[in-house]
Amino acid sequence: MFKRLDESPPSTVTVVINGRSVVVPQGESVAAAVLAENIGHTRTTPVKQQPRAPFCMMGVCFDCLMVIDGIPNQQACMVQVRDGMRIERQHGSGV
Amino acid sequence: MKENYPLVIIGAGPAGLAAATVAADHGVEVALLDEQPAPGGQIFRGIEAAPDERADKLGPEYLRGEKLVSAFRNSSARYYPDTKVWSLSEQRDIGVIHQQQAHMISAEQVLIANGAFERPVPFPGWTLPGVMNAGAGQILFKGSGIVPADGVVLAGSGPLLLLLAWQYLRAGVRVKAVLDTISRGNYIKALPKLPSALLVHHHITQGLRYQQTLRLAGVELHNGIRDLQAHGAESLESISYRHKGSNHTLETDSLMIHFGIIPNIHLSQAAGCDHFWHKRQQCWRPELDEWGSSSVKGILIAGDGGGIGGARTAEHAGRIAAFRVLYNLGVMNQQEMHLEAKQDRKWMKADLRIRPFLEKLFRIPESMLRVPHDDTIVCRCEEVTAREIRAAIADGHSDSNQVKFYTRCGMGPCQGRQCSQAVAHIVADQTSIPLQQSTQFRIRPPLKPLTLGQLASLYPDETE
Repeated sequence: MFKRLDESPPSTVTVVINGRSVVVPQGESVAAAVLAENIGHTRTTPVKQQPRAPFCMMGVCFDCLMVIDGIPNQQACMVQVRDGMRIERQHGSGV
Repeated sequence: MKENYPLVIIGAGPAGLAAATVAADHGVEVALLDEQPAPGGQIFRGIEAAPDERADKLGPEYLRGEKLVSAFRNSSARYYPDTKVWSLSEQRDIGVIHQQQAHMISAEQVLIANGAFERPVPFPGWTLPGVMNAGAGQILFKGSGIVPADGVVLAGSGPLLLLLAWQYLRAGVRVKAVLDTISRGNYIKALPKLPSALLVHHHITQGLRYQQTLRLAGVELHNGIRDLQAHGAESLESISYRHKGSNHTLETDSLMIHFGIIPNIHLSQAAGCDHFWHKRQQCWRPELDEWGSSSVKGILIAGDGGGIGGARTAEHAGRIAAFRVLYNLGVMNQQEMHLEAKQDRKWMKADLRIRPFLEKLFRIPESMLRVPHDDTIVCRCEEVTAREIRAAIADGHSDSNQVKFYTRCGMGPCQGRQCSQAVAHIVADQTSIPLQQSTQFRIRPPLKPLTLGQLASLYPDETE
């Protein structure tokens, strides 16, 4: 589980994570936003349907693949949150 | 974005920033391409946006980044954030994705400064949610002020474990334990390297300070741990390890792992640069001369991507490479180049004195790199286990690429970034072909995900 330090963010945006509206600091990565929400796994694997979550946070491991605004296989750690963005857990290959 | 630049730099960490600033200050038109939304690389991630109280918790080494970034911002170098490089050819044609659009640009000189990533060391349970790289934990902290809620465990080997534990402590996070694989043998081998390391004592004194602070706070610190495993059904529930001959279990929902860092060589491999297995650093790195020039004309590499030296060395190496670029472009003569680089060479040499000590002390046990447990997933993408890889080798698939074709290991979205090292270690172990002579996965573009639409947009005439 993660938590946010007690800091006041300069500005925020509202995103929808797995159908729930969440206010998050502007400019942060989708992966950071979902980890702070403690939603558990962010995808299941295509071969063995195992739960996974962001692992490297820097674009090399591709374990944080999620469905963002309807488009699957987005690297959540490489995409910044935008107001109104819909972020969903990805099941398997996502297509 | 223009179609041609005298100098393109890839990566905005200390090496890229320092090089871009020097080249721009000498009147060269520089484009700096960065995957991240803001300059700083991983080491100084979020340095411009982090609130003061967060930056303070991260400590003085982090704050060093401010100067580097502001010098770069004040230079005439063009900065392209959120820009991915998906191909680099020997002729210095660069495939770029910028603002969702694919472009091909070219450069007279290319400086690769894309740094390093954490050495993937597969162990049972390392794919469970709740297990994360320590560097990833630090990125969450630096970039977002997000930290483990309670009772985090840090395990593996390397100075980053102590640093991150210390930073967490300053942020009020309860750290349960820091578990390092450093063995007595490592200490004995590292000891002769200590006098030289002490010449740059700030690293050592810092490490000791971290250790002391953690001890005083009641954090369990153990060295010589073995057989690290992560357990849980849907996510991490506990970890286990062996220490001094007995088994231990710790309940936790957050495990940060770290086994040192290795150069990110996908770009230099794609460009056809020569690489070699570096025994002391336990990784492949590009063949470079004293200026950072690779075996391919016009392609230079600086910073951890050229071999692990840390942030300060990367900054010096970036400037040294920039002076070479200025010479190659005819902006400087040979004498000026040597003279300009002198100071950075001196500082870099001093900073590197600690490396032999660190390399011996934090050497990862070979037994771990060979992935001893058969059930461990080695390829996180295609979910290939050590057992399947060993079976493929036993069937006569005796090099990494054959294993890849046979098992799909390394064919997933990460393109082998997470499994290539482990596969190479398993192959070397089972075939008795030393790593120095082994082959690596062949790297082919696109190195980053590219949609068919983006690819097609590069050739508008042919798609009409």
